[in-house]
Amino acid sequence: MRIAGRGLDQGTTSVPFTFDGERLTGRAGDTLAAALIANDKRVVARSFKYHRPRGILTAGSEEPNALVTVGHGPQADPNVRATVQELYEGLEARSQNAYPSVDFDLMAVNDLMSPFLGAGFYYKTFMWPKSFWEKLYEPVIRRAAGLGALSGLANEDTYEKAFAHCDVLVIGAGAAGLMAAWAAARAGADVILADEDARMGGRLLAETEEVSGQPGHAWAADRVAELAAMDNVRLMPRTALTGAYDQGTFGALERVGRHHPHRPGKPLECFWRIVARRAILCAGALERPVAFPNNDRPGIMTAGAVRAYLNRWGVVAGRKVAVFANNDGAHRTALDLMAAGVDVSAVIDSRAEAQALGDYKLFAGARVIGTRGRKGLESLSLRQGDRTLRIEAECLAVSGGWNPSVHLACHMNGRPEWDATTLSFLPRSGMVPGMVAAGAARGQFSTAACLADGARVAADVAAELGLTPADTPVPDAEDRPYRIEELWAVEGRGRKWLDFQNDVHVKDVRLAAQENFRSVEHMKRYTTQGMATDQGKNSNVAALAVLADATGRSIPETGTTTFRPPYTPVSIAAMGAGAQGMGFAPRRLTTSHKASVDRGAPMIEAGLWYRPAYFPKPGDASWQEACNREVTTVRTAVGVCDVSTLGKIDIQGPDAAALLDFVYANTFSTLKVGRVRYGLMLREDGHVMDDGTTARLGEDHFLMTTTTAAAGLVMRHLEWVAQTLRPELDVVFTSATEHWAQFAVAGPKSRDLLDAVVDGGLDPAAWPFMACGAVDVMGVPGRLFRISFSGEHAYEVAVPARHGAALYRVLLAQAEALGGGAYGIEALNVLRIEKGHVTHAEIHGRTTAFDIGCEGMVSKKKDCVGFATSRRPGLLEDSREQLVGLKPVDPAGRLTGGAHLFAETADPVRSNDQGYVTSTCHSPTLGHDLALGFLANGRARHGETIKMVDHLRGVTTLARVCEPVFFDRKGERVRG
Amino acid sequence: MGVSGGYSGFRVLKEGVFGQKGWKPVWRDPDPKPDYDIVIIGGGGHGLATAYYLAREHGLTNVAVLEKGYIGGGNVGRNTTIVRANYFLPGNSEFYSHSLKLWEGMEQELNYNVMHSQRGLINLFHSDGQRDAFARRGNAMVNQGDDAILLDREGVRAHLPYLDFDTARFPIYGGLYHPRGGTARHDAVAWGYARGADRRGVDLIQNCAVTGIDIEAGRVRGVQTTRGAIRARKVAIVTAGRSGQVAEMAGMRLPIESHVLQAFVTEGLKPVIDHVVSFGMGHFYISQSDKGGLVFGGDLDFYASYASRGNLPMAEHVMEAAMTLMPAIGKARVLRSWGGIMDMTPDGSPIIDKTETEGLFLDCGWCYGGFKAVPGSGFALAHLIATGRHHEPAAKFRLDRFRTGRGLMDEEGTGSQHNLH
Amino acid sequence: MRIPCPLCGPRDRREFAYQGAAVMLDRPAPDAGDAAWDDYLHNRANPCGETRDLWFHEAGCGAWLVVTRDTATHEVTGAELAETVASS
Repeated sequence: MRIAGRGLDQGTTSVPFTFDGERLTGRAGDTLAAALIANDKRVVARSFKYHRPRGILTAGSEEPNALVTVGHGPQADPNVRATVQELYEGLEARSQNAYPSVDFDLMAVNDLMSPFLGAGFYYKTFMWPKSFWEKLYEPVIRRAAGLGALSGLANEDTYEKAFAHCDVLVIGAGAAGLMAAWAAARAGADVILADEDARMGGRLLAETEEVSGQPGHAWAADRVAELAAMDNVRLMPRTALTGAYDQGTFGALERVGRHHPHRPGKPLECFWRIVARRAILCAGALERPVAFPNNDRPGIMTAGAVRAYLNRWGVVAGRKVAVFANNDGAHRTALDLMAAGVDVSAVIDSRAEAQALGDYKLFAGARVIGTRGRKGLESLSLRQGDRTLRIEAECLAVSGGWNPSVHLACHMNGRPEWDATTLSFLPRSGMVPGMVAAGAARGQFSTAACLADGARVAADVAAELGLTPADTPVPDAEDRPYRIEELWAVEGRGRKWLDFQNDVHVKDVRLAAQENFRSVEHMKRYTTQGMATDQGKNSNVAALAVLADATGRSIPETGTTTFRPPYTPVSIAAMGAGAQGMGFAPRRLTTSHKASVDRGAPMIEAGLWYRPAYFPKPGDASWQEACNREVTTVRTAVGVCDVSTLGKIDIQGPDAAALLDFVYANTFSTLKVGRVRYGLMLREDGHVMDDGTTARLGEDHFLMTTTTAAAGLVMRHLEWVAQTLRPELDVVFTSATEHWAQFAVAGPKSRDLLDAVVDGGLDPAAWPFMACGAVDVMGVPGRLFRISFSGEHAYEVAVPARHGAALYRVLLAQAEALGGGAYGIEALNVLRIEKGHVTHAEIHGRTTAFDIGCEGMVSKKKDCVGFATSRRPGLLEDSREQLVGLKPVDPAGRLTGGAHLFAETADPVRSNDQGYVTSTCHSPTLGHDLALGFLANGRARHGETIKMVDHLRGVTTLARVCEPVFFDRKGERVRG
Repeated sequence: MGVSGGYSGFRVLKEGVFGQKGWKPVWRDPDPKPDYDIVIIGGGGHGLATAYYLAREHGLTNVAVLEKGYIGGGNVGRNTTIVRANYFLPGNSEFYSHSLKLWEGMEQELNYNVMHSQRGLINLFHSDGQRDAFARRGNAMVNQGDDAILLDREGVRAHLPYLDFDTARFPIYGGLYHPRGGTARHDAVAWGYARGADRRGVDLIQNCAVTGIDIEAGRVRGVQTTRGAIRARKVAIVTAGRSGQVAEMAGMRLPIESHVLQAFVTEGLKPVIDHVVSFGMGHFYISQSDKGGLVFGGDLDFYASYASRGNLPMAEHVMEAAMTLMPAIGKARVLRSWGGIMDMTPDGSPIIDKTETEGLFLDCGWCYGGFKAVPGSGFALAHLIATGRHHEPAAKFRLDRFRTGRGLMDEEGTGSQHNLH
Repeated sequence: MRIPCPLCGPRDRREFAYQGAAVMLDRPAPDAGDAAWDDYLHNRANPCGETRDLWFHEAGCGAWLVVTRDTATHEVTGAELAETVASS
């Protein structure tokens, strides 16, 4: 209910929203949780395992219970914490994990079964009959499990990612954080102050105490305004720090558009990578509940949350409120409530020496031993000494003490240290290099201590950065000591819940110990304690204490589990922002791209590039028809193909040839200027890395081509060799892939074509096979290479990329005039298979020069990368699978890529496996299928008939093994 | 099973009625004896399975498993739980096939529900070339006697309608479907083998770090530990992630670099992904746990590390792959990330072998694929320790293959030197 | 993670490619024999602690670096040009 005259946003507009279809009203500044409390909604969720009714427990992102789905259709967002979701007009929230409704949930039958469903019960059953796991048990379990549901629709929202850099990152904008940011900024540091809340101020917004004579929230607002006005400060509200990573890198999630109605095209969230020279962890502390019998009823909340709802939002979750605590701090809950006119029915303090701070009924040395109210708290039982009393209460504010938010400090494997005074884990220094904690995050629990600590730590940090700390006066504030005694679990009838979402209770932890899951990690994994969406923020310390007790160890001896990123859950869409659809990888387009698209060519991916598959013509029955036509065009007339995607590396210097001799298995120093040579490059492990041609453009000038896929890899490799293995070589090189547009002109009429476009014509005598040199192409300085991948008389002509589109147009027009045309990579592939030229289908990383029949290319007269290891016995054995050609015995027989090879009469099983097919095509030139493949001892088996079996495609074909060259074996056409 | 302490639905009901008081410790906590026939260093999945099969298959029970932390605390407790037999190179193919067969009877064998779920695994491909490469793999799987089905684009759509078939940067051409692939509850595998070994008399000794390996005249004599010296006739190093450090105690340098591999789990969600899906273009794989969390991972962080934690670039890359492939999971929130230490060998395949020291055995180099290998590795190593002969399906996991170049198993085709996998 | 490139200053890890232990700089002679090559290419000290390894500033200056780093904590204590190390 709403309490008149309370809250920071009194008098603001009312905001309509719906919960489970019901139209409700909150007020501006509310979280959804505050608005639900204002509307007396008690059961807002169901627990994971037993589907017990759950109400709101906390007022922050650590909320384990109040998870709802916000929005509908593709905007539907499951598992949103109602305690974080800001209210906006038209907000649509639904409860989750309940059928038919959160008030009446049939799955609550699980709770009746709970005696049989203790920790780890599923490891002990559901094993018979064997096939029932997938058929019955698992589907039933899966349907029952899970919390919210995804919409099933593709994301339509916008998410972003960004980088930020600063001198000092202050994490959390409560008392300590505001002081720390202020002090660091005044010292001249570039400061980022981030807080997950929409409004900065932390607990100062939730408490009634004063700072420097002002209400705490007003003091905070003044500091925020002051910081906002400073050029060296960036305020990042609604930004949760999610992870601490190496060298001062932090992840952070900003909720950019979650407090508005849906705004298409505007970002919903932004994932930040923040790099900070120093960080100050001012993340505060989280209050922990106490495990007493039936402590999970709606209306039972942390005491700090009760104060936050009252003081910040002006709502309270019941007409009568009781308080149960083991520490002083919780008493102010009663005072705040009474000041607001709320009936406080009891304050139950487990400490015998507790003193009342006001006019309320105090039960010192008492404990809550039971509660009533299935759908919401109605009353509680307490025991004080020998007497048991029943107290009426609709809300119970519980405090088991505070846990400093050490999570981020633990992200780099550091373990926090148990502090027996505050009964909590505190960060040790140096857990995250460059990060220090201040305020409640390191166990300073009074406001005055937090303010002073923030200022002091920031001054130290500024000094470390070489800045001069400015004098930062610390304002006066409350400075009560934090007095607490141990109280983790209260004995009594009924389950004493620890992990509210996963339904883990004290007995589960004890059962784990009984079964010898005594390690804290075993207990966690066996019971699922701490594995819910709050990652144990509310329950881990108490569970640890119960385990320690059950195993007769102290808490420090028992240890802790590890906090890992993210601190609060991060959507995949935010961390993966920008990648949806085409954004996953860059798109690289050739200069002829548009011309190919205009001609209707399907553009397909070749690494990051796009290349035309084929050029369809009206009436084509299939792609095969187009491909056949293009192959025939090249074999009989002339074809043009953009080959610019191949890597081009320009290599210059007196030792350029020496470098090439070292990176290629064969020799390049003997190559004459104006000539091109095919080169084979090995990895240091003796296997083929890449191949391609390299042209000698001048005495000290080479142009290397690589395959499209390996261009980047080869560049890295050359840098490696030049900088580390052969630093004495005087050579420089640079990638020129994008700088040149290069086109293959292939076919018997290719010379005629080039004769028409090369200035001064093409002198056949000056351009023998494997010649290269500078030419002017219609007035543009370019390069010509007489090389051939198709096996035809062919050239590649290159011009600076800006002329590529124009040249392609000209080449095509000329080709068409000669009865030729464009060809795509389907035809390119057929042409090269007919000639037995390998691609990465054959040099797939596991093949050696020996395997592809190029062992002779590995020069024995010089060292090269991979030379020594390529001589290992296992890489030179005849039994290795060697490159062969395959032709179907029956010309109609099909050959398929990825099929395996067997002796003609052998069963197609692994023990008989003799090889496999790497590349296949239908050859229009020869009128049947062709294949390249690898066959054990294949070179010695030419002429043999073998059986090709493709189980997956249902193809078995007898094939004849042959040399891997099917067409123009003597290479006359290429030279003609 | 019929033995006292056996697990069954009836027993769960009975203990429910009697307040769970009858459950006994799953394993004992014995003090180490001064002398064992066999000491296994490492109480992870592989070590525990080895101990189990030594007892079960070979009747060898004077065995201790020494674990420096807690049972199952290594990579068996921090992986993406995928179980499959879809390898294609000789050596790997037969080994993982055998391992999968052991998985298929595991619950009944161990009387422990490891929740092995054969929900089917689909490897997507995105070009004609990849289709042929996957066809080669699938045909090898069928040759081996396992199952594989080549799906075209529509076949994939029938199984995985939520993928982005229309706008993804790398369009889906099809997939290789391995129906017997799936997942299992990872911790339960460790616990099940531990319980089985313990009940057969193996001593599981936790919080016992090995500090030295005693070798005399080329023969192993035992180990030094934080709980005293232990003599043993045979010692097996089964400490993937830390193999280098332990092997160094025996004066060995291994062909291994340790790398970090991250994995991620989202908050619980109602069922959305029914298979294991693998996206090669983005190094991304995903399944949904029975609890509802989407469990997924990607590639190595790519730097040597023992930190058991990763960094943002790879984490973001994994999320990016998720968004291009299945934008319907964008609103799932990552709840937790973690990192395991991977024993990376040059060729990406493991080692189960004898060493030059008599009686000292090595089981390591599982790279990022050790979980599914747990039963097969345990079975093979137990066989090797007990008989001195390599178990046939694991016979190619030799240490000397890098020196000779014979039998390299580079499944990815990226090379057989470090930092290529 | 950030790597202090001697030429460019501290840069995000995503600008770099990684190549493993710096022992790769000590390439044996071609005739050094099986054992030497096996050791060079395969066997690694693989320390848990300080290591020297190779990083390539691929999306930066193009320099290969030898980085001194702790594999347990990811602390980076130094970086030098691999060319300088290789030439010395």
